[in-house]
Amino acid sequence: MNIIKNRYLYFLISLLVIIPGIVFLIINWMNLKSPLPLAIDFTGGSLLEVQFAGKLPSADSVRTTFIEIAPDSAPVVQPLGTDSYIIRSKRIEDATKGQIVTQLEKQSGDQINVLTFSSVSPSVGAEVTRAAGIAIFLAAIAMLLYISFAFRGVEHAFRYGTAAVLAMLHDVFVVLGVEAMLAYFLGWEADALFLTALLTVIGFSVHDSIVVFDRVRENSHVYRRIPYETLVNHSIIQTLDRSINTQLTVLFTLFSLALFGGDSIRHFVIILLVGIFSGTYSSIFNAAPILVVWENREWRNWFRRESQLEA
Amino acid sequence: MNRSTTNWLIAIALLLAFSIWIDASKEISLINPFNISGDPLFSRNVETKLGLDLRGGLQTLLEADLPEGSTIASGDLETTRQILEKRANALGVSEVLMQTAGDRRIVAEFPGVNRPEDVISSLQQTGLLEFVDTGDTRPAEGSIIQTDYATGSAPLPTPTPSTDGTAAQPETVYHTIMTGKELVSDKIRISQASISGNYNIDFTLTDAGTKIFGDHTTANVNKVLTITLDKRVISAPSINGPITSGTGQITGRFTAATANDLAAKLKYGSLPIPIKVVESRTVGATLGEESVRKSLMAGAIGLAVVIVFMLLYYRLPGFIATLALISYAILSLALFKLVPIVLTLPGIAGFILSIGMAVDANILIFERLKEELRAGRNLRQAIDLGWSRAWPSIRDSNTSTLITCGILYIFGNTFGASMVKGFSINLFFGVIISLFTAIIVTRTFLHTLLDNLKSVEHPRWFGL
Repeated sequence: MNIIKNRYLYFLISLLVIIPGIVFLIINWMNLKSPLPLAIDFTGGSLLEVQFAGKLPSADSVRTTFIEIAPDSAPVVQPLGTDSYIIRSKRIEDATKGQIVTQLEKQSGDQINVLTFSSVSPSVGAEVTRAAGIAIFLAAIAMLLYISFAFRGVEHAFRYGTAAVLAMLHDVFVVLGVEAMLAYFLGWEADALFLTALLTVIGFSVHDSIVVFDRVRENSHVYRRIPYETLVNHSIIQTLDRSINTQLTVLFTLFSLALFGGDSIRHFVIILLVGIFSGTYSSIFNAAPILVVWENREWRNWFRRESQLEA
Repeated sequence: MNRSTTNWLIAIALLLAFSIWIDASKEISLINPFNISGDPLFSRNVETKLGLDLRGGLQTLLEADLPEGSTIASGDLETTRQILEKRANALGVSEVLMQTAGDRRIVAEFPGVNRPEDVISSLQQTGLLEFVDTGDTRPAEGSIIQTDYATGSAPLPTPTPSTDGTAAQPETVYHTIMTGKELVSDKIRISQASISGNYNIDFTLTDAGTKIFGDHTTANVNKVLTITLDKRVISAPSINGPITSGTGQITGRFTAATANDLAAKLKYGSLPIPIKVVESRTVGATLGEESVRKSLMAGAIGLAVVIVFMLLYYRLPGFIATLALISYAILSLALFKLVPIVLTLPGIAGFILSIGMAVDANILIFERLKEELRAGRNLRQAIDLGWSRAWPSIRDSNTSTLITCGILYIFGNTFGASMVKGFSINLFFGVIISLFTAIIVTRTFLHTLLDNLKSVEHPRWFGL
């Protein structure tokens, strides 16, 4: 099996996933002024989930009641299952929520169960958004530094770090793209847990890349004569069983969580699934091949053919 | 069996036994053998702590309600936290957790509260009680009046001449003779009035307070002494005669609950800085219970599938890895209970995810082991080489996950985002424990088995 030989094919496959994702990020940007619809964790606002014990009133009547008590809250009422509503609005205080629930209870003549209520002020949301950007940036820098350090004995340690970070960016874009599509079609919002999933994916992506690189590092001491391409390919093949098996065990646990773990974390788990799958793919098909591309300085050839034709 | 394997085996057995003891108990204690009926030497509550998303409750992020950029003395924030904590405890909410976060925020968690809005409104009040001399005026109950307390050096609002010629009515600023500080905190009681059924708050004054109160009531008989909380009038009784005994009663339209609430505020004093709620999250108890049940089931199913896979693919080492994985679960749970680490929903997800990680280290080793066996080494050499050669990649790869956990933790901690924090803590400990079980536990078990069974030397046992 020669993975390195077909490296441009695998780069192409990555692009085929990433480019549609970027398209959806742009579409969302044009619709919402933000590449992903952001949850109240980042924008500020309120989210109320109420379950009606008795007859479920119409969404319109719930909205009317909401506006009566909180006039400027711009509520959006969506059904959730058969007996609940999820209401997103501008930020309302706990006291206002209490009045709304009491009023709704009075109207429906039955008990209302507040499943969850969150209220975040816009200033906190803005701060969280800023910190999220910093966290992702810090993670990337930390990984670059760490790999350069861990591979310090090897020639071109910085290349390993850069290749791992490029693979990591690949995974970040896959996750963002998939989230953008899910947001577009299913109305998913990016919340603090989405960010957690993204950062975890960053960690795991590098984890996988290091396992492959470690083999390259080891083999480069053992086989000094063979061409670099063969060396890298051999290292990938040697770690392939491990990559697949680890991937499988993580997928087993995550699938089980996605299927049986309940609604609250399904979004989170699905993003982790996508990201961790992408992480394994990129470590095998992107990170290691990038080492070869770099070793051969192939970018000098990328545009050469055309210039030769012209000449 | 060589010495080091035996030593490790004993150590692991003891550790597992200790962990199972913790896992199975709600409280652990060591009895003093010389004094069996006396206090135990050591005792610790090891009940599993569930986060608010699993048990239901209210989490709030409180912020100093002062202009952006104004500095807050660190002591003030801590004092505020302590007062709020005492107030909340006095409200009857159990297991309140309050921590300062950064230099102007406090994270507060209230498990299992039914009406979070009441708790919040009670916390938000600064709780400044004032005895105000309103002369002959009797302000209406519930109205807000201006007093000269805490205005400090700031100039009093001057009446601005209005444009239409009529003099604008300047808002009267009344003199505060005394604040709630002069009340002796452990002598504040509530009592019920026999006729109206309303509740009252009985108080005793400090010596200084007794003097101020005595002097004022002597000099101002038949005038009105208004009592305000956060500038809002609670009651405005007339002074019937000098009160020099240093005791008194605040009457008003109090129910048992509101009287209790005010008594709590008076006991623990007013807040040095005003606070506002910038974030609040409530999770109903039913949703929490459902989440616990579902995530435990998901965890069990995930673990079972992983075990089946490991047994089928890696045979004997797979069996050993299964034992290591079960040890991992036992050790982790014990650690969570002992530290204690609060379990949140994302925390459980992090834990379940680290099951996958725990297996990864074993897979790395076993693949290495198979390679060495294929290369024609004997089993013992293969095991030693498998471990030593897999170690650098296990170490380096897990370090990257640990670094991410660190960044997530700092992020979560800054914003009181307990979900993010919970996930990172559980993943962190999961990785650490998984390294221990995957490397040391698996290796010790495998050596033990090899020493005691001759037939396991067959390559088929290793999935070759």
